[in-house]
Amino acid sequence: MSTDAGAFMTALTLILGLDPYLLDIVALSLRVSLSAVALAALMGLPLGAALALWRFPGHAALVVALNALMGLPPVVAGLCVYLLLSRAGPLGELGLLFTPAAMVVAQVVLVMPIIAALARQQVQELHQEYHEQLASLGLSRLRMIPTLLWDARLGLVTVILAGFGRASAEVGAVMIVGGNIDGVTRVMTTAIVLETSKGNLPLALGLGIVLLGLVALINAAAYLMGEMARRRQG
Amino acid sequence: MQHKTRIALTAIGLIGLSLAAQAQDGEKYITLASTTSTENSGLFDAIIPQFTEVTDIDVRVVAVGTGQAFEIGRRGDADSLLVHDTAGEKRFVEEGYGAERADVMYNDFVIIGPSGDPAGITDAETVAEALTLIAETEAPFASRGDDSGTNRAELRLWDSAGIEPSGEWYRELGSGMGATLNTAAAMDAYVMSDRATWVAFDNRQNLELLFEGDEALFNQYGSILMNPERFPHLKHDLAEQWHEWLLSDEGQQAIADFEVKGQQLFFPNAKQ
Amino acid sequence: MNDMTTLPVTDVPTLEMQGVTFIHRGQRLLGPLDLQLRGCRRTLVMGPNGAGKSLLMRLAHGLLKPTAGRIHWEGSAPRQAMVFQRPVLLRRSALANLTYALAVTGTPLAQRRPLAREALKRFGLAALETRPARVLSGGEQQRLTLARAWLLKPEVLFLDEPTSALDPAAIKAVEDAVQEFHAHGTRILMSSHDLHQARRLADEVLFLNRGCLVEHSDARSFFTAPASREARAFIQGELVL
Repeated sequence: MSTDAGAFMTALTLILGLDPYLLDIVALSLRVSLSAVALAALMGLPLGAALALWRFPGHAALVVALNALMGLPPVVAGLCVYLLLSRAGPLGELGLLFTPAAMVVAQVVLVMPIIAALARQQVQELHQEYHEQLASLGLSRLRMIPTLLWDARLGLVTVILAGFGRASAEVGAVMIVGGNIDGVTRVMTTAIVLETSKGNLPLALGLGIVLLGLVALINAAAYLMGEMARRRQG
Repeated sequence: MQHKTRIALTAIGLIGLSLAAQAQDGEKYITLASTTSTENSGLFDAIIPQFTEVTDIDVRVVAVGTGQAFEIGRRGDADSLLVHDTAGEKRFVEEGYGAERADVMYNDFVIIGPSGDPAGITDAETVAEALTLIAETEAPFASRGDDSGTNRAELRLWDSAGIEPSGEWYRELGSGMGATLNTAAAMDAYVMSDRATWVAFDNRQNLELLFEGDEALFNQYGSILMNPERFPHLKHDLAEQWHEWLLSDEGQQAIADFEVKGQQLFFPNAKQ
Repeated sequence: MNDMTTLPVTDVPTLEMQGVTFIHRGQRLLGPLDLQLRGCRRTLVMGPNGAGKSLLMRLAHGLLKPTAGRIHWEGSAPRQAMVFQRPVLLRRSALANLTYALAVTGTPLAQRRPLAREALKRFGLAALETRPARVLSGGEQQRLTLARAWLLKPEVLFLDEPTSALDPAAIKAVEDAVQEFHAHGTRILMSSHDLHQARRLADEVLFLNRGCLVEHSDARSFFTAPASREARAFIQGELVL
């Protein structure tokens, strides 16, 4: 019980005191996860749309693979990216290991399948409704993609939020490729692991509460935006 | 469409560039692969600023188990290593990954257990006797089981006591020191910890320090410089400054001055 | 009405279908069917449910490819537009739905809004410009799809049972729009199962039954003296109702 009470007090003190240690890792967490989600969306949305619009040999296998990758353990993603970015690996020359960029790459690997797979479902539904009309207007499938993505935007916001949730909550991948270096690659989740291993449970839980609050805040903002757009669109 | 594609590609490029730039901006730093025990104790927070003040070089610590630290070194992903597995360190140099290894400091391991001490190890003369008592009473024992320096040291101690630990009571957790202590606290198990992590550890619950002081429990830390012929891309100049500083009077003093809760945790013993 | 067939707008290309067949999952849904549609006329495609009316229009418009046979526009394919039974509108404002169609056809940005507003006004939708298209009433939505078709300046306009879900006032608006398109030189190919509507609009009638073209004749002769037994039964049945 005392741990729980301590955790809330710690969280409160951290937030109200604008603790610089906390602000740094919160800023880095947001930077890494938002960059990862942005990149994953830029790749995953068109990929999902393409899978919704085209049938080709191996299509089913690709869809199943994407769905399976949604459940990829973060540690495995981290390990793969680690082997890729390590000096001894194929992209070692870039010198990205143990940098925020490496963490972004690992989270893109985790988030992209989620966005692509869920976007495929949304776009496919909309395509069934739209495709005769769009084809009648003379649009090729390729040119339908931006229209479908834009008109599915309300649902896609939820898809992207799901991706952000996964990115901001995972610890296994960023721990391996980032190294949890103080002031360089330490984010909310790796800080929580570190404080837990120090036995500093109130601080660890406090950080967890702050993380939860942040994710809730971003979701609330997206929800409000969605509601406003929905009201405008009917 | 083409226009939008171009915008999208530009955006990807810009994000990538900004992150890469962030990663490689002018600041001088080395990447040090070290162990969770040193990082968790707060030693680095105390001594690295002193080193940076003199040399203007930042040290970025990746704190992992000793086994993983060696692997990071073998792949050329760290400029220097500070670990505690003397035999492993010497092999690392012999195999051509490291160029040089030097003693830096030692701390010691202690045996922690539930305050009731069901195996009665408090009265043991040697650590071998203490471990034998635990094995005989089959009292729960939590092992790191992660091929870390601490884990390797623990296994050597069992070995020299003539015991092959196995059975219900011997639990390999595959976790770091802190996580292992948390688990031991939760299941009232014996556990071997480095003193530094133990002193700094807050979630003790029913655990107590039950055995200490046997010389067999001393835990030597060594600093390793990487082999520049094998890893030409590493920052050998900067790493060497760090290595030399650790062994210098200044560095040794900084280590000696570091205390947690009024206790000195690391004892410098570099050969001058 | 039928004197309008003499309107001298004849440069709409002729559509030719030869042996056109459409088979789906082993079932022959249409054809084989031979057909020539010439001139700027108003052609009503009639027949009971499942006769293949929608299929014929989609094949002619190019939304579907025939399993066998040839569909061919004499000369180059004309500009076309299609209005569906259930209006398909984008999740945007009424105005944005129209500017979208203009963007697709490559209209310069500066002209899109003025042209779209003009079309909204023509179809009595000016007051609804900023409303989300999908909250409009059924009749308003269908008028918006007509406005969208208008902006495409089609030489041929396909309408697939455009009034089947509308109330009488909305039906009148759609029929007026069809007349307006035709008066501006657009060839009309429209399916309907409403005989009254066909009498009001048609220059000629295509009568389909079970995937076969049973009759292709002038509207006057179709309604007064249908040549086939099926068409007679169809007209009788409708009149009995």
